[in-house]
Amino acid sequence: MTDFPRTPPRYSATFTPAVNAEIRRAAATGIYDIRGGGTKRHLPHFDDLLFLGASISRYPLEGYREKCATDVWLGTRFASKPIHLEIPITIAGMSFGALSGPAKEALGRGATAAGTSTTTGDGGMTEEERGHSKTLVYQYLPSRYGMNPDDLRRADAIEIVVGQGAKPGGGGMLLGQKISDRVANMRNLPKGIDQRSACRHPDWTGPDDLEIKILELREITNWEKPIYIKVGGARPYYDTALAVKAGADVVVLDGMQGGTAATQDVFIEHVGMPILACIPQAVKALQDLGMHRKVQLIVSGGIRSGADVAKAMALGADAVSIGTAALIALGDNDPKWEAEYQALGTTADAYDDWHEGKDPAGITTQDPELAARFDPVLGGRRLKNYLKVMTLEAQTIARACGKNHLHNLEPEDLCALTIEAAAMAGVPIAGTNWIPGRTGF
Amino acid sequence: MQTYDLGAQGLRTLNSSLHALKGQTNMTAWEVINPKGAHAIAAGVDAPVEITVRGSTGYYCAGMNKQATIRIKGSAGPGVAENMMSGTVIIDGDASQYAGATGRGGLLVIKGNASSRCGISMKGIDIVVHGNIGHMSCFMAQSGNVVVLGNAGEALGDSLYEARIFVRGSVKSLGADCIEKEMRDEHYAMVEELLRRGEAEGKAKPEEFRRYGSARKLYTFNIDNAASY
Repeated sequence: MTDFPRTPPRYSATFTPAVNAEIRRAAATGIYDIRGGGTKRHLPHFDDLLFLGASISRYPLEGYREKCATDVWLGTRFASKPIHLEIPITIAGMSFGALSGPAKEALGRGATAAGTSTTTGDGGMTEEERGHSKTLVYQYLPSRYGMNPDDLRRADAIEIVVGQGAKPGGGGMLLGQKISDRVANMRNLPKGIDQRSACRHPDWTGPDDLEIKILELREITNWEKPIYIKVGGARPYYDTALAVKAGADVVVLDGMQGGTAATQDVFIEHVGMPILACIPQAVKALQDLGMHRKVQLIVSGGIRSGADVAKAMALGADAVSIGTAALIALGDNDPKWEAEYQALGTTADAYDDWHEGKDPAGITTQDPELAARFDPVLGGRRLKNYLKVMTLEAQTIARACGKNHLHNLEPEDLCALTIEAAAMAGVPIAGTNWIPGRTGF
Repeated sequence: MQTYDLGAQGLRTLNSSLHALKGQTNMTAWEVINPKGAHAIAAGVDAPVEITVRGSTGYYCAGMNKQATIRIKGSAGPGVAENMMSGTVIIDGDASQYAGATGRGGLLVIKGNASSRCGISMKGIDIVVHGNIGHMSCFMAQSGNVVVLGNAGEALGDSLYEARIFVRGSVKSLGADCIEKEMRDEHYAMVEELLRRGEAEGKAKPEEFRRYGSARKLYTFNIDNAASY
């Protein structure tokens, strides 16, 4: 028999092994895949933009010697006590329940040391976080778990969460295994059930109602606290405009790369828009209303480095927010736990089953033995280092662009590597003056 | 009696004055006149005082109330007594949508009818409604008790957790995972006590009520219940 060459096995581009594995998993279990984290698909992102450093036509600032300020005021529109942060990188809302108590403490320690704020989450305010956060933003969520006027008044700002980048329009799903006694008590739920969080607020429906809701919150807190409104990146022009109309002091815009404690994979991967596409639309809405820099814009969703910070700010944001990156800085998905990640059927840097409460790093868990592995002092130190590095990176870039404040970065400092990024960000393709959809040829 | 003319003196001054009554005070009786449907009247009060609002209110009257007894001598707009922590709110007239939403404690009494989503997401509050309640009432209600002397609208108790619902009249339909349950002695006693506290003593007897609660079938995901999620 002649040994002819054989055509090697060829996988379908549509039915890939990963797709097929998900089909088999769904058929076997009868439930969609729920996981934590953010989208894993490739999306147009800040990496598709480049800064145009100064040469002759622009004059750079001397690195390390000439000042490049980084501070930011948030909530200057109506609040009698706006927030002043040393750096424009805040910690996004992550709930106690999704995270352990020591992890919340570490976020507070790190953020405070770096001169920025932390944010509560869908589980109410914990003493760990209030006690260690100099500036704490209190999330006001549809579920209202743990909501009480005392904590509203103990907060430095209130963030009304209307949407989240990982799941615009979706509610939460915290599986029963993470509902410990303490979490159950804070959320008024029986222990061990699958907790379903509502996707809508229970006592208002549209922007006109929201305006009245904000009035109530301001009345209760003596008009002191900045009111943030957080929206998922889906229709950022209109959502930003309506948030401004409703009376927001600050708009928080979360792109689809934003993380979540637990939701459907199909939601994470298929709903929302990349943050790159969201920022220019939100900035345009603010500019059209004459409110840019008056209502501050915080953007989030996949921010990883000082370059991302600088690019977001060049596109018009006042500050950024980090969630997933902060968890990694604390030590989540660290290769030192590789053996345990392998035992869970995954690997370091790919672990996303945060809802199962088995996090080897002790960060996204309520298991007391696992949580005890995590050192909040060391974690806080690591987060502070990371925030400082990001800030230094952003300053370095800004100086190279001739800017003495991060807020002076502008779209003209950027070009794009791809047509997609150019169209979304509204900056020209490198080497041209072509902005797809805006200028001719 | 402190009489406060809301039309002349404004909301901010009223609420500032009420918030200043921290803890104990001998200024225990307050009267608000000319409310004219204003929003957030007496929101965020935290003192054992009695406040009478003479007229109808807008959104979020008595929101997040702690300790106070607030009487509305009229009807209440949406979100009355939302997230109430403790104390009592009594409405002589009707209440609009979301009455007592996410309430964690205290007692809300509605002597007229309540609109849709009464007791939505309630987390420990007790609500007594002398009239009827609208559709989707007690949606995702987690704990606390609702007593309705009249009828309930569609989808009562949808996605209910551990709140208890007692209805004397008809129920147009039950929501997902809400079922009728047996009235036992402790439930009769509970209803009797709530009728007394809700100023409905003599208007109804505990044995006239039927109890509704969670079937707990949605507590853990099961694909065979997918149509209910």
